[in-house]
Amino acid sequence: MRFVDEYRSRDSAQCLSQEIASLLGSRTYQVMEVCGGHTHTIYKHGVEDYLPRGLRLVHGPGCPVCVIPMGRVDDARFLAEQEDVVLAIFGDMLRVPGGQGSLLDAKARGARVRVVYSPLDALKLAKEHPEKRVVFFALGFETTAPSTAATVVRAAREGIRNFSVFCNHVLIVPAVKALLDSPDLRIDGFIGPGHVSTIIGLGPYRFVPEQYGKPFVVAGFEPLDVLQALSMILRQLVEGRATVENQYTRVVPWEGNPRALALIHEVMELRPHFEWRGLGFISHSAFRIRDAYREYDAENLFELPSLRVTDPKACQCGEVLKGVLKPWECKVFGTACTPETPIGTCMVSSEGACAAYYHYGRFQRSPPDAARSL
Amino acid sequence: MSSKAPQSSRPDRLTEEEVLARVAKAARRASRFADEHITLAHGAGGKATRRLVESLFLEAFRNPLLETLEDQAVFDLRSETLAFTTDSFVVSPLFFPGGNIGDLAVNGTVNDLAVSGARPLYLSAGFILEEGFPVEKLRRIVESMQAAATAARVQIATGDTKVVERGKGDGCYISTAGVGVLERSIRLGAARAQPGDVVIVSGPIADHGVTILLARGELELESEILSDTAPLSGLVASLLDATSSVRCLRDATRGGVATVLNEIAVAADVCVRVEEDRIPVRDAVTGACELLGIDPLHVACEGRVVAVVGAAEAEAAIDAMRRDAAGREARVVGQISSEPRGTVLLRTKFGGTRIVDLLTGDPLPRIC
Repeated sequence: MRFVDEYRSRDSAQCLSQEIASLLGSRTYQVMEVCGGHTHTIYKHGVEDYLPRGLRLVHGPGCPVCVIPMGRVDDARFLAEQEDVVLAIFGDMLRVPGGQGSLLDAKARGARVRVVYSPLDALKLAKEHPEKRVVFFALGFETTAPSTAATVVRAAREGIRNFSVFCNHVLIVPAVKALLDSPDLRIDGFIGPGHVSTIIGLGPYRFVPEQYGKPFVVAGFEPLDVLQALSMILRQLVEGRATVENQYTRVVPWEGNPRALALIHEVMELRPHFEWRGLGFISHSAFRIRDAYREYDAENLFELPSLRVTDPKACQCGEVLKGVLKPWECKVFGTACTPETPIGTCMVSSEGACAAYYHYGRFQRSPPDAARSL
Repeated sequence: MSSKAPQSSRPDRLTEEEVLARVAKAARRASRFADEHITLAHGAGGKATRRLVESLFLEAFRNPLLETLEDQAVFDLRSETLAFTTDSFVVSPLFFPGGNIGDLAVNGTVNDLAVSGARPLYLSAGFILEEGFPVEKLRRIVESMQAAATAARVQIATGDTKVVERGKGDGCYISTAGVGVLERSIRLGAARAQPGDVVIVSGPIADHGVTILLARGELELESEILSDTAPLSGLVASLLDATSSVRCLRDATRGGVATVLNEIAVAADVCVRVEEDRIPVRDAVTGACELLGIDPLHVACEGRVVAVVGAAEAEAAIDAMRRDAAGREARVVGQISSEPRGTVLLRTKFGGTRIVDLLTGDPLPRIC
């Protein structure tokens, strides 16, 4: 199939695999893919079968569902339980456990939760049900924030008053910085997120090589993209360079998308701090709705409980999100915590490291050469 | 009626006796079913029910067993080993490209019987209709059921209808049960798969699930994909006539081919190894699945069978399946090995290896 098969060619993969192996030599490196989309690609296509043993991939925190703290899930549940409210959410939020159970549980008990595919679907729902108040559970990095912002602007322009947003949009750069400042982290280079970068561009990542001396290569989401990005990172490491590079030039412009950024900043502003699941509070790491649009801000319209809920003791999502633990190294992986009955968020979204590993990677991988002759 | 009623009120001056005889004749006459919508009366067991049964269901399904309109169908199977199954259908939307709930309800039960190696013979059909459901739609559904029954050479031998209040149903639900006879000595089962056997899929996968997903209209995607709903009884008979080493047959419905492969891996305690680039998937289906982030292996088919066959008969099996319309694109997609036990491994198009797990949750509610 066009635009798919050419990015999954075995021949090209073999070439890149050899290049990676010769660049690596006898060295060992750890590279983090920041974005959950890359984690998914790596497991779904079996990218690790092309990597030498000395190169270890570490899965990062770039899964928007995974970083939502339990207290925010409880707030969402509170909203869905209000008499006249319909909570519109993305499907992968349904199973995320809160302190009082998931939204799926709440739905079964009569809370009005509707799965939508975009914020505009939620706005449409509001227009179709003027007697209800539709709250859209907005989440995601800068990738999805512009569409939330555009929807709020449209609601304001059309004078739709029964629509609001429970804003959980987060920023990628503060998360990467928090990781780099984490004392238990040993990462030699980063595969940067592709879709976030279409919005924010590559400039914001300069601090990674400049202040921390680590290569940062923004990559696409096909398996060959990942292999090529790894080769670019290794080349920098071998040559003793550290810089921001763009593997995903077919989609990501260096300056990002200024119009989308302007739209975000018209509707949203930085929160002083925001809690990330497993990572704790990070300053200036999330957006909230600006005062000018307060009539569309669910946090302004409803008295949310906003209780902080500590993660279950057994859950090691924090360590997994920071890449300190591989998913299978978590104490409850695959036993108490499974995709059906998740304890931690990493087991829920298809972009979560634990879910990706559970669905695709849960077998004893043979050495690279043996795996080729199935 | 009183015998003293004035007979002169009728212009043609019939005697009361004559009038009563005409009324009795009219009552016996097969009534035309002119109602436009289903009402609660159609489920009440009275005249409206009878009119619905006689002029809609019986007209369409007509066969000697059903014609008696007894509370049961009585038949002689001349076989000691039977296959017996039941299935319920709540698909939404009721009509979709390539079929509707009617042919789905017949094919689903026929296929559940066929994959045991049985020859399907008789079905029952239970309808739960919602008050207000247009009769025109019911008629189309019933006609599709009869067409599917004819194609699969089965008879709808008995049935039932209930009507629920408006808002308490979703138009039409159908429940079918079926009986078939096992005339062959071969016994099939997932636990019989052995290392070395080949795994065959009878045609492109995931057509039905993707069709339904797109037909719901929520995604605003359009395509020309059709449901693959079809009877598999002919294909299975052709396969079993031509080979003797078929270990198991499963129709891949909800949960898709991935579910069937996992059932085989667990039941036989073997590893099922499949090659992604050998699994037939139409381009439009691949495209929709890529866009939606779903795996075609998890998407339902309604007319595809997964077969495990001894390797020596792989070619004969493929040839036999391709002789039937439902198996034209049958292919070997993988094989059984011993380790790692209880696991399905996929060699991806990209050349990596991953496991194929069961689906968590259900991205496609109400597909059948």
